[in-house]
Amino acid sequence: MKFICLDCDDVMAFAERQIPGDGTLAAVFTCGSCGREMAMLTNPMETQLVSSMGVKIGGREVPAQPMELARTSLEGGREGAFALSEDIPLASGETAIPDESADAGEVATGRVVWTAEAAGRLERVPSFVRGMVKRIYTDWAREKGVSEITPDVMDRARTELGLEGM
Amino acid sequence: MRKIRTYQEVTHETGSGLLEQVVDQQRRLADRLARVQSVVAVASGKGGVGKSAVTANLAAALASRGLAVGAADADLNGPSLARMLGVSGARLADRQSGVAPAQSPSGVRVISMELLQEEEDAPLRWREPGMGGFIWQSTLETGVLREFLGDVEWGELDVLLVDVPPGTDKIGRLLELVPDLDQMLLVTTPSEAARFVVSKSVRMAREAAVGTIALVSNMAGHTCSECGHVSELFTGDGANRLEEESGVPVWAVIPFDPRLGAATDSGTPLVISDPEAHSSRAIFALADRVEEHVGIRAEDTTEDAVEEGGS
Repeated sequence: MKFICLDCDDVMAFAERQIPGDGTLAAVFTCGSCGREMAMLTNPMETQLVSSMGVKIGGREVPAQPMELARTSLEGGREGAFALSEDIPLASGETAIPDESADAGEVATGRVVWTAEAAGRLERVPSFVRGMVKRIYTDWAREKGVSEITPDVMDRARTELGLEGM
Repeated sequence: MRKIRTYQEVTHETGSGLLEQVVDQQRRLADRLARVQSVVAVASGKGGVGKSAVTANLAAALASRGLAVGAADADLNGPSLARMLGVSGARLADRQSGVAPAQSPSGVRVISMELLQEEEDAPLRWREPGMGGFIWQSTLETGVLREFLGDVEWGELDVLLVDVPPGTDKIGRLLELVPDLDQMLLVTTPSEAARFVVSKSVRMAREAAVGTIALVSNMAGHTCSECGHVSELFTGDGANRLEEESGVPVWAVIPFDPRLGAATDSGTPLVISDPEAHSSRAIFALADRVEEHVGIRAEDTTEDAVEEGGS
């Protein structure tokens, strides 16, 4: 989808996205030549069509998480379906499939700890998406050079990343 | 009338980042499947021909020989592989690099929508909006299937079996995600109704240039457990007719055995609980053919086993 400023015959560039929370979406595009702005508004079905592709207009603030589309779209996800890998005990004789990359806690840029309050708040996130949410906060904190995740840090991350309900 | 440039004429990107994200999705899927020697679809086009039971037993048969086998249940609306392979209720390890699949007692790595749903009898439902599902549902479900294939930490696999739900459109979805599919096993029964539908799937697979296409004739007669007499369940010779018409070979003829269903219901495929059953032997023969075409099978164990299996 592209927008052209007809006066300038120039492609309008994405400038801003707003998600009011009612299933609709507003995306603002600007003409680089004359500065004219326009907003594309989508109804809930159109918004859903875009999100069903697993993409976000204007790009992603955080990288796509494993099975993000299934986890954020499924109604009635099973509590306990997902667990952080260190939480799963291996059955006797079972061979673990090796982790294919460094896990969140092993990334080189430093260790991030969670305060009890922040961990408690994380515990209230449905387990279906908890691992995903934990990674997003941890990665954000690491990127910002924050070594301790508190509820205040979670609020800041949520605002900056546009994480509704996380 | 003024001339407005067409989409193709406008080469400058808008900065919305959509194309980049789609390309990234495709790259992630390709990277994951690059570690799989052979992706094998078990499909039909027709419903009720036993695709899932064939998939579960074939997966267990291949794994029993020491192969690294994965099984992805592409039937999001009617999942059954988790139950059939005995991993119902398994927890999935959530890692940065992907979601670890459930591991069945028979050694098969499994992903299925059943593992994600809370209530056993809940139909598959997506979050709002409640209306207009026909607009986005297919897109969403294709995306979830992409995640099943690309976001699951399959590791190094010899074979990844994909249990494809009924409908040739579902085969098309898979082919869009995995355009270089290695093998497609089309399960049919001797009935004419099945032959008619499966012939459409044969054509679709051919047009998509699937590496190897083969037929599996399931429920091909019932063998009496007492006297060994074989009686027909269907009138017709659909699989053989389809083979003659299309040139697609029949790789396996699997007789009906009520224990096949009972075994998969209990989570232990028949090839594990009774490897000497007629149906099990036919499935092991099918496993021979699949292995041959993966190119990972030892040469000295090929032909005799295939012949004995009655394919």
